[in-house]
Amino acid sequence: MTITASLPAAITARDHYAAAPDLPDIHLPVRVRGGVAGFVFRQPTVALGLFILAIMLVLAVFAPWFGTLDPTALAPAKRTRPPSMDFWFGTDAFGRDVYSRVIYGARVSLVVGFAVAFFASAIGLLIGLVSGYVRAFDSTIMRAMDGLMSIPPILLAVALMALTRASVQNVILAITIAEIPRVSRLVRGVVLSLREQPYVDAAIAAGTTTPMIIKRHILPNTLAPLTVQATYICGSAMIVESILSFIGAGTPPMIPSWGNIMADGRALWQVKPYIIFFPAVFLSLTVLAVNLLGDGLRDALDPRMAKRL
Amino acid sequence: MFGFLLRRVLSTIPVMAIVALFVFSLLYIAPGDPAAVIAGDQASPADVERIRESLGLDRPFVVRFGEWGWQLLHGNLGTSMFTGLPVVELIRQRLEPTLSLMAVTLVFAIVAAVPMGVLAAWKVGSWLDRLLMAFCVFGFSIPVFVVGYLLAYVFALELDWLPVQGYTPIAKGLWPWLENLILPAIALGFVYIALIARITRATMLEVLSQDYVRTARAKGLGESTILFLHALKNAAVPIVTVIGIGVALLIGGAVVTESVFAIPGLGRLTIDAIVRRDYPLIQGIVLMFSFVYVLVNLVIDLSYMALDPRIRY
Amino acid sequence: MALLEVENLQTHFRTPSGINRAVDGVSFSVNAGETLAIVGESGCGKSVTAMSILRLIPEPPGKIAGSIRLNGRDLLNASAREMRAIRGNDISMIFQEPMTSLNPVLTIGRQLTETIRQHARLGAKAATDRAMEMLQLVGIPEPGRRLAEYRHQLSGGMRQRIMIAIALACDPKVLIADEPTTALDVTIQAQILDLMRDLKARTGAAVVLITHDLGVVAEVAERVMVMYAGRKVEEAGVGDLFRSARHPYTKGLLGAVPKLGASLAGADTRLVEIPGLVPSLKNRIAGCVFADRCASVTNVCRSVAPALELKAAGHLVACHHARREVAAA
Repeated sequence: MTITASLPAAITARDHYAAAPDLPDIHLPVRVRGGVAGFVFRQPTVALGLFILAIMLVLAVFAPWFGTLDPTALAPAKRTRPPSMDFWFGTDAFGRDVYSRVIYGARVSLVVGFAVAFFASAIGLLIGLVSGYVRAFDSTIMRAMDGLMSIPPILLAVALMALTRASVQNVILAITIAEIPRVSRLVRGVVLSLREQPYVDAAIAAGTTTPMIIKRHILPNTLAPLTVQATYICGSAMIVESILSFIGAGTPPMIPSWGNIMADGRALWQVKPYIIFFPAVFLSLTVLAVNLLGDGLRDALDPRMAKRL
Repeated sequence: MFGFLLRRVLSTIPVMAIVALFVFSLLYIAPGDPAAVIAGDQASPADVERIRESLGLDRPFVVRFGEWGWQLLHGNLGTSMFTGLPVVELIRQRLEPTLSLMAVTLVFAIVAAVPMGVLAAWKVGSWLDRLLMAFCVFGFSIPVFVVGYLLAYVFALELDWLPVQGYTPIAKGLWPWLENLILPAIALGFVYIALIARITRATMLEVLSQDYVRTARAKGLGESTILFLHALKNAAVPIVTVIGIGVALLIGGAVVTESVFAIPGLGRLTIDAIVRRDYPLIQGIVLMFSFVYVLVNLVIDLSYMALDPRIRY
Repeated sequence: MALLEVENLQTHFRTPSGINRAVDGVSFSVNAGETLAIVGESGCGKSVTAMSILRLIPEPPGKIAGSIRLNGRDLLNASAREMRAIRGNDISMIFQEPMTSLNPVLTIGRQLTETIRQHARLGAKAATDRAMEMLQLVGIPEPGRRLAEYRHQLSGGMRQRIMIAIALACDPKVLIADEPTTALDVTIQAQILDLMRDLKARTGAAVVLITHDLGVVAEVAERVMVMYAGRKVEEAGVGDLFRSARHPYTKGLLGAVPKLGASLAGADTRLVEIPGLVPSLKNRIAGCVFADRCASVTNVCRSVAPALELKAAGHLVACHHARREVAAA
């Protein structure tokens, strides 16, 4: 095809311009969406996770307002009722309303999950920083962490729970101790790799103080992987809590927790499976939500880690 | 090579010593008075004192640890407070069902998870990949006992394909033994499969983006040769490492799985010990499992030499 | 009919943020026994072109259109199985990084013989013999010992020799070499180039040499094709191109190469840089792709994409302002 365009002064009128053949795109066009709809479209799993978690949080905080009865009230006359309009999730072997217990049980799981995630991250961060920074302590601390990591977490928690009075605080403590080594190893790894970075070397050479280097370089770089790790710890702590409660080494029986409700339904599971079913669904959904959030955070904050895991 | 083997084997000794120290220290780390807790709320002060003495809490930590450690070196894990029998003997009686369950789960999980992860990485982004990854997220999110009850309800109670509960020793025949272990192994393997499949997929994705995989394709090799020889062999070390780390999950999960399926193994022993507050027994079980875990990871470490020709010490 | 004919090749990648038009309408052909060099900056689409010929582009997210004919047979219509029979056999490829292009956990012998056994139905013994023969051909001493070794036990030059041995093991009709010497020392580079020239003369294969190194081009190529932003902007015989490049981009490329013997002082011998950056391939470019960086840009360049025109004998240029010395037939 030859066309004659309006010509710039420098070019004489005899010139003509040959246009290259116009090749169409071979893919359908890509539509880039923005705003909330765009987020839901690009990250449907993260959006779902946030949604479920928000519901669970609201249920836990405002449990008394969701048509619940006293979750610990015994009613021998109404034992093991199947789900009905009166008892949405049925009643357990003591006549307690399973629906109310499940709603209140959200409190224990969420508190344990968040508290363990927070404390394990904070303590692990501290240990990791010390280990990565103070060469003299490094090998001792890491040997200790290796040892601690060699004890299967659930068994470690079981042993600790066997020595303490059953309480939510002790459950948090037991699970936190089991989770610390993983966090401190992660933080130490980040510190050691950052110390090799030329810009950190330069900062040290320029006389920047250690606290300043930690604040400016180490912490910001630790934050992303630590947040992701904390999210996974939150999910796994909820599962460990339920397992401990289920085998009778966790939350005290008078406090309704999802693990406890299922432990109460254990003897009757073949005939009254709903007692276990409802708390199981709530627990699984909540942990699922946390894990989806963790995967989303991982992909968003640390693409390198996304490849690794 | 032999030198490396020896050094690596010897290096587990300090780890085991630290594990022992930790497990022993729990008595001292635990907040509150362990003796009072173990004695229970109805116990008299004399009972509490008797328990304190039997746990050695009345004597200095170092002395007590020395004694305990010395006994440990001689294979003595102490005496059960409830039955009065040696802990080692109690563990030995319950070893077979638990080892059977863990071995079947291990084999089943690896056989299921590695191909899953390879396929997901091969067809990354496809519906198959998404399905497998969704399965993995569920695997991490559903507690082992929930999976156990679900499987038992569907396949044992409703469909009646497999026994609901119980255990048959392997001495009574391979099938009766296996039949009782299928559902528990699937339940216990659920999270383990998720873990292995996920690391397999991630490692394979990285390996498949490597230049040598492109070379293999450019040579005209078939996809299965590329995936299972060229790529998987390179991905083996991280996968095997995670298989080793995941054994901790198996151990923790076995305790619960045995309770769901009424398998008379170490898990049941643990739960009984919790109910009876039989601390020496719990301590012995924790220590035994931790040692098993350390040894498993030693074997894993040694397997690197066979998997990667670059590793020569 | 040329041995390998590529016509209107388009390789596009669909990404979440838009379509990446890595190669957009490139045509060229290579005759048996000829060496065609494809040059351009990194990211200009030369490697993607090479990968597209063997259909090594992952689909999705990639997609290839146009036609790629080997002896008149369109490879884009070939089945996966037919492609496998072509790769490493009719068309083979050498890559930039000999280190990472060899599998670290398989022996050299395994990697050589599997290619041979894949395409020539040979037994294990015959394949090993052929592998030994190939290693000798590429000048590797003690081939028997090398077969049992792994890539980490070899030097860089030796690795690339092995890559060449693998590529030539099945006597390919076309050899595509993607930056084969970039990762090597200068002395090794020369050896590898000598080897390639030698082997080409012996086997009569067509060679497509992809490089950004104009020194390599001058040494081994007969024809040169210059790519920019996924398009072909100029093609000419190697002497013609170095003597009288016509596209402003090619001129820039030549100006950016230091010449031996040029004095460091003096403004006229200063290395010329091309100002600006390669445009994003995610937006469709109306007009000439080089317009934004071109010193002699005019309005028409921004609205009309220049066609490739024959501006001198055997000299194709896609520029509105390139002087025409012969009338196009």
